Amino acid sequence: MSKLRLCFVKEGPAVYLSHLDLLRTFQRVFLRAGIALRHSQGFHPHPLLTLALPLPLGQASSCEVLDFETNSEEDAAALPERLSAVMPAGIRAVDCWMPEKPLRELALLQAEVTFCYDQGTPPACWQGLEALWGRESLIIQKRTKRKALADVDLRPMLREAVPVREAGEELTFRVTVQAQEPGLNPALLAEAVRLYAPALAPDFVRVRRLALLDKTGKAFR
Amino acid sequence: MDKRLERILPRVQKPARYVGGEYGAVVKDPAGVDLRFALCFPDTYEIGMSNLGLRILYGVLNGMEGVWCERAFAPWGDMEAAMREAGLPLYGLESGDSLRDFDIIGFSIGYEMAYIAMLDMLDLAGLPLRSADRDGSMPLVVAGGTAMYNAEPVADFVDLVLLGEGEDELPALVSLYRRARQAGWDRRALLREAAKLPGFYVPSLYQIDYHEDGTIAAITPLEGAPATVTKQLVADMDRSYFPVHTIVPSTEVVHDRVTLEVFRGCIRGCRFCQAGFVYRPVRCRSKDLLVQYGQEACRASGYQEMTLSSLSTSDYRDLTGLCDGLEPFCREQHVNLSLPSLRADTFSMELMQRLQRGRKAGLTFAPEAGTQRLRDAINKNLTEEDLQQSLRTAFSGGWNSVKLYFMLGLPTETDEDILGIARMADHVVRCWRENASNKNRGLRVTVSTSWFVPKPFTPFQWEAQIPLEEYERRVKLLREAITARAVTYNWHDGDTSFLEAVLARGDRRLGRVLEEAFRRGAKLDAWQEYFDLSRWLDAFAACGLDPAFYAGRVRQRGEIFPWSMIACGVREDYLWRERERAYQSVPTPDCRTACGGCGANSLVGGTCHV
Repeated sequence: MSKLRLCFVKEGPAVYLSHLDLLRTFQRVFLRAGIALRHSQGFHPHPLLTLALPLPLGQASSCEVLDFETNSEEDAAALPERLSAVMPAGIRAVDCWMPEKPLRELALLQAEVTFCYDQGTPPACWQGLEALWGRESLIIQKRTKRKALADVDLRPMLREAVPVREAGEELTFRVTVQAQEPGLNPALLAEAVRLYAPALAPDFVRVRRLALLDKTGKAFR
Repeated sequence: MDKRLERILPRVQKPARYVGGEYGAVVKDPAGVDLRFALCFPDTYEIGMSNLGLRILYGVLNGMEGVWCERAFAPWGDMEAAMREAGLPLYGLESGDSLRDFDIIGFSIGYEMAYIAMLDMLDLAGLPLRSADRDGSMPLVVAGGTAMYNAEPVADFVDLVLLGEGEDELPALVSLYRRARQAGWDRRALLREAAKLPGFYVPSLYQIDYHEDGTIAAITPLEGAPATVTKQLVADMDRSYFPVHTIVPSTEVVHDRVTLEVFRGCIRGCRFCQAGFVYRPVRCRSKDLLVQYGQEACRASGYQEMTLSSLSTSDYRDLTGLCDGLEPFCREQHVNLSLPSLRADTFSMELMQRLQRGRKAGLTFAPEAGTQRLRDAINKNLTEEDLQQSLRTAFSGGWNSVKLYFMLGLPTETDEDILGIARMADHVVRCWRENASNKNRGLRVTVSTSWFVPKPFTPFQWEAQIPLEEYERRVKLLREAITARAVTYNWHDGDTSFLEAVLARGDRRLGRVLEEAFRRGAKLDAWQEYFDLSRWLDAFAACGLDPAFYAGRVRQRGEIFPWSMIACGVREDYLWRERERAYQSVPTPDCRTACGGCGANSLVGGTCHV
């Protein structure tokens, strides 16, 4: 029996797989690879699979984390290759190890956010955005699970935002945000721009997760 | 990914349907192939990916050197609107390339209500709808599937129809296409040559003349086309392709499991059932091969559900042996084996109980009619005693949910037959009271009725569909007769069945109606969300045609049908004899008990191996 943690990439067509689609896909990936997952005990047994931090539909990631338990002893080092061979396009396992920390200690998320401007990047865009991130609060309205609108301040959840590159119609920056309790979906930063600096509002936003970190800023293992 | 597509996808429902990339999808280097084939299914991804035929043809074509076969499905309304707005043409899921750039576009059409979705897909691909408006620079548009036994309503839109089973026909089409390209034939020349191949029907090579009353006066083949085109089939199921390695959808589809096709055809001959006649004769796969395929397909896909598929699985000769062969593997690998389309007999029930693990899903039976007289008339070989016997076994074994399917409007149906449906439901309730092992969980009986649609190549092809008002009266009669609290009654929407009856036996003048309905906004009309009968009635009026002429008219013997140039192997005089027996309420024995001499044996060299 092994309790393992898998790091995988989700990109390309796979970014449109929902959380449930992904869980279903992983169940079958393990079966195709000939690895028997441990199942929960109960009336409707289900395989023990936990995705650390559900990825919003449409976002890519280089660092998704999946915890799972197998019935047999598995060689963690050999698993990424075995699993990748039977995965759909856009999903690729890159690393597998014995978990060092519980999932609740996952604290920070590093992501690359790209703002796309169909008419070219607006003048003084960097400065405008820097000023925005520098504000004391960035309150936007967000639908809660009960469908009501609630005010949420993004600012305390945004730890860092650094410019990365500007290429033609695209402007990319790297952010570090709180991962959970409460976590910040980096795509929401565009909402704040729409509210507080409408001239800088992008036509489209692309997000790619780069790394999951613990509270000290070290890679989450 | 196309930038337009990237912008659209986050805004539409279930975008995973539109991106491909599933495990098992075939991606080839476009530079390494000389023929691009788009296999199109005129319904949503969830429906199309549940279709075994599509997976078979996908595997056959991609197994051919130099051929790359991709898939395309009808987008849901939100996606369709977004694609039109962005000017994004319909594309193949594997490459993302526009359908316009393919060599051949093949539609699998199983159901009349999908005709309009085919038009929508052609239009979304940026292609002219009518065959006559397309030339050799555009893809060749072919169609096949059960609904193509009468292809006349879409005769103006498709270039070519493949009749019967496509496993061997598609490779023949591919070689023909290559030959045409090499020789530099124009589209017309290609179609003329196509018409010489068995099972290939080229609608534009047939001239149809009408009498003044709208019936057909003559069908004249042109330019050397044959007078009759006979469907093609796979004679030996053991040597036919089975998709062991197939696509595993990443998002949920309707039938998300391994489908093990145990045989084709049906020995029964229910007189309303088109599939029962057009798929004749019965051809079985051997048990050992099926066991092997079942195991390999589960391993290759990671599916933990497997279903045996055929028109009447209880009629597979060694069903017990097949289940014995699969059961150890299924138990060990936690694969759930399901057996739909079982008959209500003791043998089947015992088998089901044996395979049942964990939850007891509902039981489904299709008596089709409420009295023995009418069941004899339609040749539905099921007695109420069979049903009671099965239910006794099921209820004492712990089942507590039963679904019963019937049709209203069958030829010779009387009010007595309709009330018989309510009586049958009452008997089910009584049987449960007397036999249920655990009454605490209560009983659920669902009675569903559909409205009978007469189909080509059945003994009822001459019949009229009863009028809508009469159908609604019969629904009301039954609704009021069903009183037991445990029984829920569902009935099929009349509007859809009416249009289905019109299209099923329509002639090619309906092409104008289809086009008109499409211009007026019809698209995914197999879905209640989009179907609107008034749009169709307006289209009929605009074209000066009366839908009742097609749905509600009794045909005389000898009338030339729109599909009279097609042969499915079963002779017309056999169908007429069956019709006469229906009016006498005389059942016909199944093929195994006695050969009825329908003629389908001629397709397999004279002897059916039933």
